[in-house]
Amino acid sequence: MSIEENEKEIIDEFNIFGDDWESRYEYIIDLGKSLPLLSDAEKHDNLLIKGCQSKMWLKTYFDGTLMSIRADSDAIITKGMAALVIRVLNNHRPEEIVNAPLNFIDAIGLKEHLSPTRANGLTSLIKQIKLDALAYLSKGSSETK
Amino acid sequence: MAIFNPIDIRKDFPTLEQKVNKHNLIYFDNGATAHKPKVVINSIQEYYTNKNSNIHRGVHTLSRQITEAYEQARVTVQHFVNAAFSHEIVFTKGTTDSINLVAYSFGKRFVKAGDEVMISAMEHHSNILPWMQLCEDRGASLKVVPINKAGEIKVEDFTKLITDRTKLVAITHVSNTLGTINPIKEIIHNAHLRNVPVLIDGAQAVPHLKVDVQDLDADFYCFSAHKMFGPTGVGVLYAKEKWLNEMPPYQSGGGIIQTVSFEGVTYAPAPLKFEAGTPHIAGGIGLATAINYINQIGFEQIEKYENELLNYAQSQLHQMEEVEIIGQSEHKAAVVSFIVKGLHPYDVGMILDKYGVAVRTGHHCTQPLMDYYKIPGTIRASLAFYNTFEEIDTFVTALKKAIKMLS
Ligand SMILES: Cc1ncc(COP(=O)(O)O)c(C=O)c1O
Repeated sequence: MSIEENEKEIIDEFNIFGDDWESRYEYIIDLGKSLPLLSDAEKHDNLLIKGCQSKMWLKTYFDGTLMSIRADSDAIITKGMAALVIRVLNNHRPEEIVNAPLNFIDAIGLKEHLSPTRANGLTSLIKQIKLDALAYLSKGSSETK
Repeated sequence: MAIFNPIDIRKDFPTLEQKVNKHNLIYFDNGATAHKPKVVINSIQEYYTNKNSNIHRGVHTLSRQITEAYEQARVTVQHFVNAAFSHEIVFTKGTTDSINLVAYSFGKRFVKAGDEVMISAMEHHSNILPWMQLCEDRGASLKVVPINKAGEIKVEDFTKLITDRTKLVAITHVSNTLGTINPIKEIIHNAHLRNVPVLIDGAQAVPHLKVDVQDLDADFYCFSAHKMFGPTGVGVLYAKEKWLNEMPPYQSGGGIIQTVSFEGVTYAPAPLKFEAGTPHIAGGIGLATAINYINQIGFEQIEKYENELLNYAQSQLHQMEEVEIIGQSEHKAAVVSFIVKGLHPYDVGMILDKYGVAVRTGHHCTQPLMDYYKIPGTIRASLAFYNTFEEIDTFVTALKKAIKMLS
């Protein structure tokens, strides 16, 4: 599925909740709880994204064609949000990832997570994913970051 | 003195009357900044509407009137902290600016290579970084006095660490993260026995308790208007006259000189020596109005009521097994920091916001303190006299819902 189709799917899922924020958050929280994204052994300090109130680790991999993404956080809501972003972007070509507008976050009523004052790292996460994608794009060979 | 009634007092604060995320706003982030009563807002509007002019410059009527009002504001501040003279009150941009002024000017004159500056482990970054910078610039060293698990400084620990090379002690009156009211009078007394001057960061004290700089015998006392119901962008440095006379100017420019030629300058006496450029005139007026507002209520009533609020909030939180209060001193201002076991403060704050409750989460600009407790941050409810017991109940209910959602 394309990035856009992934986004559409998530938007459809969230439509069921209407404007009930509690269900939306419960969904995100469940997502955050159920996904072990990185093992503790993998959570090296060099994978930390700086400047977030909660800790956020990002590990990306490029096989020469597609980029795969894993991330984790010590805050559940942040982790749930990261899981959504990964679901949308994972296993796509770096140029698709660099250019993805990620409108779904606004569309599912969670735009507040992109506000800079939240300092929750979602903005930093997306930025770092795109920076990694750019780096892979310019090198073109397989690599782990 | 009118009978204290928070319901009436709330009517003075327009920002409190709003819905956030469809709930009545519960504002428990007063430590970050407090709301402004209508009288303060009106005084600022009145200045720009009818009185606007520059101070200390013109002979014309408006300029004379506003100069008088600005200097009257200085006198109001003087009485507020019971300084001996109004010229011991320097207007600054805020606490951070006041501390930087002292670090620069006092540091330049008095701190040399090999000297020491002493702070405590619970300081706000604004009372750490200027001293780190000074010590780095001068080749001096920074000494940090430890705290105990309850979040208290022991006077003996302070006294023990003072040496002949200690040039200044800088310590907070009330901890913004823990709420602890430090025994600064004793600390100042002991430091003075060794001839060491003391700077007090009073940012979190002035909204909650009566400060008397002469009784404390503080050498420097710093605070911000915005945390005490006044405007942002203005603050105060109280300093003993003898220090102000010996310290060189902080910033250079208009307003701080008596005579100037290209051969040299003679500086104006304090406080003008430290107030280069056009100040935040409306801010000074607004601050004086805020002080008059506080005085009308009176610290006796404020302290009594806030103590009851604090005790109630702490007892409610104590009943929750998963909650641990960080900062358990007997002597606290109306600040409660806590963590919820197994949950990240950020997650809890996020859900509380959804219920209209404004708290602060994170390290509160006291990272060394968080390292000491080995936690990533806390959830902080910092109260003011316009908060109510009902709000605490609503907050506790919201907290319980948040914990249920997140666990
Ligand atoms: C204890 C303490 N010191 C200093 C400051 C800095 O105050 P300002 O940002 O107004 O300069 C604060 C503000 O949070 C504080 O709580």
